[in-house]
Amino acid sequence: MSLRVFIPLDAGSVAVGADDVALALAQAAKAGNIAIDIVRTGSRGLYWLEPMVEVATSAGRIAFGPATPADVPSLLDAITGNGQHPLRLGIADEIPWLKRQTRLTFARCGITDPRSVEDYRAHGGYKGLERALTLSSDDILADVTASGLRGRGGAGFPTGIKWKTVAQAQADRKFIVCNADEGDSGTFADRMIMEGDPFVVIEGMTIAGITVGATKGYIYIRSEYPHAVIAMNAAIAAAKRAGYLGTKVGGSAHSFDLEVRVGAGAYVCGEETSLLESLEGRRGIVRAKPPLPAHKGLFGKPTVINNVLSFAAIPFILDNGAKAYADYGMGRSRGTMPIQLAGNIRYGGLFETAFGITLGELIDDIGGGTFTGRPVRAVQVGGPLGAYFPRALFDTPFDYEAFAAREGLIGHAGIVVFDDSVDMAKQARFAMEFCAVESCGKCTPCRIGSTRGVETIDKIRRDERVSENLTVVEDLCNTMKFGSLCALGGFTPYPVMSALKHFREDFGPAPARLQAAE
Amino acid sequence: MTTAYDAPYEPWDSKRATEIISEHSGIEGATLVILHALQEAFGYVPEPAIPMVAEALNLSRAEVHGVFTFYHDFRKEPAGRHVLKLCRAEACQAAGGDALAAHAEARLGVAIGNTSADNRVTLEPIYCLGLCATAPSAMLDGRVVGRLDEKRLDALLAEAQR
Repeated sequence: MSLRVFIPLDAGSVAVGADDVALALAQAAKAGNIAIDIVRTGSRGLYWLEPMVEVATSAGRIAFGPATPADVPSLLDAITGNGQHPLRLGIADEIPWLKRQTRLTFARCGITDPRSVEDYRAHGGYKGLERALTLSSDDILADVTASGLRGRGGAGFPTGIKWKTVAQAQADRKFIVCNADEGDSGTFADRMIMEGDPFVVIEGMTIAGITVGATKGYIYIRSEYPHAVIAMNAAIAAAKRAGYLGTKVGGSAHSFDLEVRVGAGAYVCGEETSLLESLEGRRGIVRAKPPLPAHKGLFGKPTVINNVLSFAAIPFILDNGAKAYADYGMGRSRGTMPIQLAGNIRYGGLFETAFGITLGELIDDIGGGTFTGRPVRAVQVGGPLGAYFPRALFDTPFDYEAFAAREGLIGHAGIVVFDDSVDMAKQARFAMEFCAVESCGKCTPCRIGSTRGVETIDKIRRDERVSENLTVVEDLCNTMKFGSLCALGGFTPYPVMSALKHFREDFGPAPARLQAAE
Repeated sequence: MTTAYDAPYEPWDSKRATEIISEHSGIEGATLVILHALQEAFGYVPEPAIPMVAEALNLSRAEVHGVFTFYHDFRKEPAGRHVLKLCRAEACQAAGGDALAAHAEARLGVAIGNTSADNRVTLEPIYCLGLCATAPSAMLDGRVVGRLDEKRLDALLAEAQR
């Protein structure tokens, strides 16, 4: 029997050489007449160890990493010999960083072949759908509601209520839309799951379809994610071949079909109504709500639009029951969150855990502080629209309400770490500049406010009437926060105001700034 | 991974454009799909294609032009032979991306968003490749590169300038 070796094809692993390692290993094995079977998986999410090579043994998968093509000859010796190697990390599942996690959504990511329905099923896949097919729509809705699952895109709206609204709506057609326009810097969980376990997304969307009575779904993936587009398309084709999409889903009377659509580089299309406009082939201009997409969504029809991770959480809930999911978490934040540790961080990657872990544990304990070794000065949680938190707020538990109480948001759970070389006035300016570039232009506070924000912060950075201009920035932020149509203009004040509040010294007169930087 | 950038693009040909448009015009909300397909074939969306798309989808030229100009991805003229996208978003900023961007600009003699004088490299910003745990990151003609430092960037630039 040939040796089974697992190497990720996740874009994050490929970006640091996974393809080169896989190629070198295949060539070396061929040259040495050694029978190996290389399976390209998703990533386990331990990115400082990528490319990670795993080999199947009777004791479990043994991991090695980070590997380079130069390591391949000795790695091949190790995996065909006694297993000893300087890059040996031990049994993959026992790596402490992985073992500490609670992987419900990411249970299979990095383990299975993302192109194989059989492999997905062999690891518990499609059990959620199988159970859903034995339940009534009301029973499924009761499960989703009782699980406490809230929209993982950032808004945190209860998924069960959204689905129920669409289920109760009367229409000739309904749609399921998956928001895979993961544009927030510091987030990559959607990309990872689409590349590493695309069937879990498909299964979640299929369950949504049979629950609300929709027969067609779209996955809107941003164009910056070409690997995810390929992986989703391949998985959809495989699911169709296996009878899990199309007519008679899983042998039932239900029909459900999926189609991938690719975005075109507009950040605002991550906003759900803008995304729907884009799917319809128009400019990604935000729609005023109401009507809610659940009543009038895609092509004016009732539409469930959820984030990738929301759909990906569904199969576990249906398979294991609402309680098994809701038992994790704190307060009104139930279940687990796939948290992404990014930026200037030593141990960056995906850490799925129950809500309630503190920011400090995530950054210092799990993330290991900065990659540069300098002190952590600020972290931005929740993408370009999330607040910057100083060390003083590191006791904040990871929970929707706890972050809101401290004028922040967890968003899509990306955390970007900055060391003490960061200039927070520059970061505040960037937040305004990004909003100005990406604004869809429909509402004035966002369109004009962001441009005025950039100009005013520039004045502050040039020491022009600093205190008056700070007042102008605060005023602008208030107008944007309460006057914008969507979260782009409405949340841009979070990074700006938090930078001002917690890092005021960076907005002071120039001499003080220079001293602080030294 | 192979992307459109690896293959030489087809020269503009209205008959070919008609084929591409009719291939997709039957689907719902086809505008972006068609613009992507045209750009994949020609390397950009040639101006004469806009009224053709409008006619096929029963839209006004203004509507199609509006869609075309709204999205950052669509090009109105061909890019350089290679396209180097540097991530300029927060996670890469935190990991030293600003200095790398300045280095690339100096090496190529163009500001981000422009094509080098010899037409070999188009240097573009990109706002997040989702490689934030291996920042800073870049994409050269569809190939992703993480853990960028000056040495790795120089190698990418040399490759792009060849």
